[in-house]
This record gives sequence, C-alpha cells and structure tokens, in this order.
Amino acid sequence: MIKINDLHKSYKMGSNSLHVLKGINFDVEEGELVAIMGSSGSGKSTLLNILGMLDLLDKGSYDLDGVQIKDLDETKAANYRNKFLGFVFQSFNLINYKTALENVTLPLYYQGVKRKEREALALEYLDNVGLKEWATHLPSELSGGQKQRVAIARALVSKPKVLLADEPTGALDSKTSKEVMALIQEINKNGKTILIVTHEEDIAKMCSRIVRLKDGIIVEDQKNKMQKAI
Amino acid sequence: MFSRDRWLEIFETIRKNKLRTFLSGFTVALGILIFVVLFGFGNGLKNTFDKFFKDDALNTMWVRPSRTSKPYMGYEANRRIELINADLEDVSKRFEFYIQGITPRISFSGTVGYKLESNNYPIRGVGPSHKNNEMTIMMKGRFINGLDVDNKERNVVIGRLVEQDLFKDEDAIGKFISGGGRSWKVVGVFQDDGGDNEERIIYAPYSTIQMIQKGTDDIGQMIISYKPEIGYAGAVAFEKQLKKYLKQKKFIDPTDPRGLFIRSAASDLKENDQFTSVLQYIISFVGIGTLLAGIIGISNIMVFVVKERTKELGVRKAIGATPKSIVGMILHEAIFITTISGYFGLFVGIAFLNFIGDKLEEDYFITNPYIDFSTGVSATILLIAFGAFAGYLPAKRAASIKPIEALRDD
Repeated sequence: MIKINDLHKSYKMGSNSLHVLKGINFDVEEGELVAIMGSSGSGKSTLLNILGMLDLLDKGSYDLDGVQIKDLDETKAANYRNKFLGFVFQSFNLINYKTALENVTLPLYYQGVKRKEREALALEYLDNVGLKEWATHLPSELSGGQKQRVAIARALVSKPKVLLADEPTGALDSKTSKEVMALIQEINKNGKTILIVTHEEDIAKMCSRIVRLKDGIIVEDQKNKMQKAI
Repeated sequence: MFSRDRWLEIFETIRKNKLRTFLSGFTVALGILIFVVLFGFGNGLKNTFDKFFKDDALNTMWVRPSRTSKPYMGYEANRRIELINADLEDVSKRFEFYIQGITPRISFSGTVGYKLESNNYPIRGVGPSHKNNEMTIMMKGRFINGLDVDNKERNVVIGRLVEQDLFKDEDAIGKFISGGGRSWKVVGVFQDDGGDNEERIIYAPYSTIQMIQKGTDDIGQMIISYKPEIGYAGAVAFEKQLKKYLKQKKFIDPTDPRGLFIRSAASDLKENDQFTSVLQYIISFVGIGTLLAGIIGISNIMVFVVKERTKELGVRKAIGATPKSIVGMILHEAIFITTISGYFGLFVGIAFLNFIGDKLEEDYFITNPYIDFSTGVSATILLIAFGAFAGYLPAKRAASIKPIEALRDD
C-alpha cells in the first residue's frame, strides 16, 4: 500500500538547515495498523505530513497504492488527499460553525457528490461511530471523544485508502482514548490501512506494528501482538 | 462555478457567521450611504447657488460712476462723475443694435408710512425696463410704466414685505403712502426670489425722483439689458465699446481704473461657473475620499476575515479542497455580501435625499439634494470590485498556505 525509499527532508532555519528525516525506508501492507513512535523532534510528524501530502519530500520516492507521488502542485495534492487519504488530528479540527453531519459531508462536497447522497452517506458513517443522534449538534456541544469520532467519520466518509492519525488521543483522557482506539481497531479489522503517530506506549501496543523513530532514522520496526483496547 | 451547492454553502457560512457578515456588510452599506448623502448635499448646495444667482437677469450690465483717480484734459483727479439723462439717451441711441432695455437707478432710502405704521426702506427711482433686470415678479397691479416717467407721476410699486409691514391685512393697491412730505399712490406689489431684502424695496419713476430732488438730472446708475442673441462674445465687445464711449464722453482718462465701473452678468456668470466648478471639485474630492475610506474599511475586514478563517481553510484543504475552490468560495461570499449591502446603502441614501427635499433650504442652503443614479451605481460597483480585490489577495495567500501551517496549534 505504501512504499517509501530513502526519504530525506530538511527544513531551512535562517542560514542553517535542519535535517529532520535522514533516509527512511518503510513499507506498509494493506490492512496494517501501524504506530509511528518517537519523542518530540524525532521526525514522526514530518513523516506523517509527507505521507499525507501536506508537505513535500526533498529526496527519495513515495508510492501510494501503486501511484508515484511526485511533482505535487496544490491542486493535484488536494485531489490525491481527497481520493486516497483521511486525516484525524490531535485537536480534531472540526469546522466549528458546522454541525457534526455537515462536517462529515464536507469531503464529499469537494468530491462533487450530490447533496442528498452525501447527507445519506454521512449519516451512515456517523451511525458507524455511534453518533447518529448527535448529527445536528455543533462541535461545541460535543465532548472530546465525540468530536474525535466525528473527525474519524469525516476521515472515512470519502473511502480513503489510508487513514492517517496524528496523536488522535493526545487531547483525550485515558478512558476516552481507549474508546477511540477501540473504534480505530474496529475500522482496521474491516480492512482499512491505518497509520497512527503517537508518543504513548500503551496506544502503540494496541497496534499491529510499531515503528520507532529517533533523530530522523528508523531505529526499530517490529510486529506487535495487538492488544485489545477494551 | 456558481452551482447551487456553492450557493447553499455560502448561505450557510453567512447564516452561521452573522457578526462577520454584518461587519463587512455594514462597512460597505455605510460607505455607500455616506457617499450618496454627501454627494447629494453637494449637489443641493450647487442647486441653491444656481438659484441664488439666477435672480438677476443674465443679460444685464450695471454702469456705475465714481470719482476719477487721474487728472485728464485739464480736469483734476478725484472729480465726481455723474451720469445724466442725456447720457442715457445718447447711449440708447448709439448702441441701439445691442440694447434691449435701459433704465436709470437712483438709489437712496427714506421713511415711508401708512396710517400709524412707518419704516425706513430703500427707494429706487427707475424706468419701466428695470422690471426685467431684476426679474421682478408682479403680484398685484403693474410696474412703473412709460407714462409714469413721462408725466412724473407720484406712483410707486412696493415689495411684498413692504405691503405686509405697512398694510398688514389691507390691500395696498390704490392706497396712498407718505414719504418725503408727499403722498404716493401704490400701483403695484411685487415679489422677488432674491430673498427678503429684495422684497423690502420701493420703486418710483426716476423722473419724479429727479423732480423732487430739486430738478437734478442725475440718474445714479445705468442698467442696461442687452439682446441675448449677441451672446457672450457680443456682450464683452459691447461692454468694451460702452466703456470707451462713456469715458470719452465724460472726459475720463482711458487708463484710469476708476471713474466708471461696468459690471456685467456675463462676466459674473463666468466667475459663478468657476465657483460652481470649484464646488464640484470639492464634492468630488469628498466623495472620492469617502469611497476610499470605504474601500480601506472593506479591505481591512476582508484581511481580518481570511485571517480568522485560516484554520478552517486549512481543514478544508486537508480534506480535499483545491486552492481554486478556496479562493472562489471567499470571493463568492465577499461579492455577495458587498453587493447586497452596497445596494442597500445606495437605496437608503437615495431615500434619505428624497426625504430631505427642501427641508434644509432655509438654514443650510441645500436645495433638492440628489445624486445621479448612475453615479451611485458606479460607486457601488467600484466598492464591490475593490472589496473583491481586497479579499482576493489574502484569500490567495491563505489558499497557498500549506495545510500543516494552517492547522498548527497555536
């Protein structure tokens, strides 16, 4: 599903350049639930951003579902993101003036799906994350866990190849974290490829594979016996 | 681009962001409103001005003698020049080609009374054609006529306010008023658009006045109305010739700036035109300034709106919005809001001007303020265009920011 070869990325900081990723080689098979671990500054978020086409790579190659991702302009990146990827963020990033349902329909709006159709589909996905009754509520009326579940529904509604989650439990308490992870595990069980960036050991243990980054290189990459979240 | 879905999306954004919508709409509406009102008031001021100066007939010349300032042909300087009946006749004969009407005006003031009322009024000894020079409008009776002058009748024509002052509710026609120890018969009452002072004047035949003033034939000023068909150039030529002729006749040094003054409405008109165009410049300047302030206002708000929405735009991009669709959405929303509120301001402004009408005429010299509809619409379109342009730049920048930067938590 994902093939990464000799990936380099550096950031210019004034006259200095900060070498963040120093040659990453990394493959993900379809249906894997991968935790990318590392302390802050290890380059894990940068890796996720490049995988998510939110950032460009300097050197190396990146294949996603057999499509080579290169020469991205903004429009092309937007279309790829819309087609291939779903995002879940630490701070949920729901649009605060739109209801849960409207937030979930938004990716479909950008795909050009008709209004009736996208509302039906969005409601179905809200039902999947157990929030059908909350469809007409604004994000401000939802708890943190509920917000993240809306965000997950939004990420999945466009039927992406890969779900990318950046510290999805970072803003949640441990009980809600477990609930959200249980949902992610269930989605994974249905065959979705999922990558999670985290620095929490117990979150990582709930994944089928743990990749550890340190100072821009992969120091450990091993299968894990997936722990049930709940 | 203007699909139904886009419209629904925009209506929803507007409905859920009322403050933001109100702020940008209010700026545009207020900008247009102030522009329309100021521009309208400017036009109203011009109207008053036009009206004021159109009181006197435009084809009129005033010839006024004064003291000379240079010695000439044996005469000393500081000699008092006097125009007399013979001058009037000579001028009207010699310049017959140009002249439509000619009249003396002997001005003084005197106490005039009727029964117990009496008051001091300006009195003018004039001929029949004076009526046309001042655009005097007869309310009752008649003006001084040729017979009055020939027979030196003690007939007078009084202003509307003179009648009001002296006669109260009585009809003045045919009554006798006293003045200078004699009695005078009121043969006419007039009104004049030139203001209250113009309606507190008493006209009498100049020949009668001359007779009373111990048989002098001084005619004071000479007021000439020339034929309108000679045009501005003809009037200037006539003025020049007349001045030359009279200076020669009265032995005034041709280079003497004093001795004889000729004022013509034609040259006044030119000055008035200049004044009016200065007024026009000021109005335009104020208008453009207001519009500029509006443009700056809407630009600021657009920058603020885009800044406030940076995160939302980042989210939209992360879930698949193209830069084009982001810019399109912001512009669509901005143009929609500014158009609606711009036209709202325009119509409120026009309604306000119509409501004002001539309510401000008395105290503020603003008559029938108005704005050309096309000027108003152009101003509105200009503001909409600049609002869109001002929204375009930050929208484009926001659309090109990488989603991770927009989504960064800070």
